[in-house]
Amino acid sequence: MQPPPWQARVFGALKAARVTIVGYVPDAGHAHLIDAAHADPDMTAVVLTTEEEGVALAAGAWLGGQRAVMLMQSSGVGNTINMLSLPVTCRMPFFTLITMRGEWGEFNPWQVPMGTATPHVLTRSGVHVRRADHPGDVDEMVAASAALAFDSHIPVAVLFSQRLIGAKVFVTEGSET
Amino acid sequence: MSHPAANPRNDGTIDRREAVAVLLKDPGGLLIVTGLGAATYDVGVLGDRDQNFYLWGAMGGTAMVGLGLALAQPSKRVLVVTGDGEMLMGMGSLASIAAARAPNLAIAVLDNARFGETGSQHSHTGLTTDLESVAAACGWTATATARDMAAVEALRTRLRTEPLFAVIRIAADEKPRFIPPRDGAFVTERFRRALGIVEN
Repeated sequence: MQPPPWQARVFGALKAARVTIVGYVPDAGHAHLIDAAHADPDMTAVVLTTEEEGVALAAGAWLGGQRAVMLMQSSGVGNTINMLSLPVTCRMPFFTLITMRGEWGEFNPWQVPMGTATPHVLTRSGVHVRRADHPGDVDEMVAASAALAFDSHIPVAVLFSQRLIGAKVFVTEGSET
Repeated sequence: MSHPAANPRNDGTIDRREAVAVLLKDPGGLLIVTGLGAATYDVGVLGDRDQNFYLWGAMGGTAMVGLGLALAQPSKRVLVVTGDGEMLMGMGSLASIAAARAPNLAIAVLDNARFGETGSQHSHTGLTTDLESVAAACGWTATATARDMAAVEALRTRLRTEPLFAVIRIAADEKPRFIPPRDGAFVTERFRRALGIVEN
């Protein structure tokens, strides 16, 4: 199945922003970006065991003169809190794209607490938060947010709303009791 | 409640300052990332340099900072120097780094089997965990453990030429603190300028 065109445009925005290192934890919403990063000879995709590794990876990349992005899901945001002191204290960019869970049509109640807390936790940790709700402007949002992060040397997160990526379907219609 | 019994096999005897001085002798353009705590003091006391990046927090992240740097600067050598507690907190990163296969990154763990900054409680490496075995199981093909200064001497070249994970069994005594710069923004900008990166 072809990915929705907006996901291809987001990858194009990352390329245009000169992102070369892509840290990620597995996520269905980011599957196209992960595959595209692995397939691109000018990018290095790094699979991580936990989200805080991606914050430190991006800091190291910046020290070495490269731009990184971190791909994660809202459920992993809590794992990054202390590590966010690294870009904040060192006045480094940090750029992350976060697929949201626990909001639009969520099936799994365990996703709700962290999904609800995500923008608040990020903001209170010093990250500038933007939210993409519509396929039509998501790549523009990514491009502008990447510029904000890398040119102003600040941490920036773009939340991909669950409405945008589509709620995960676990059960077929009518089978839930 | 009593503390768990220490594993006597893990009592190191190497002087940490002597070991780090040997490992970092004539560093040239070596890019060094140090972990929160005594590792930062041990490296800093040898002389502050522009190519040192000291972590004063972000515990558990030192090895991954090293990986990001190694991927960004493939023609340079990167050496992570950290302690057993900091490495234990980032143990998953040993899997991520092995999977990333960066040939220019090495890690030296100063292992005193203690949490030295917080009252010298026994760490997992003083109880049941062997970090060299952990690294090997994660896919690091070059690993070593040094138990005397001759072995430390042998590590110096290997840490600058191989993707090596090395454990150095140091004595648990506490050294005088040496405080290298802790303004992260200053150290970051200085480090980047030393690499010739002005704007990016």
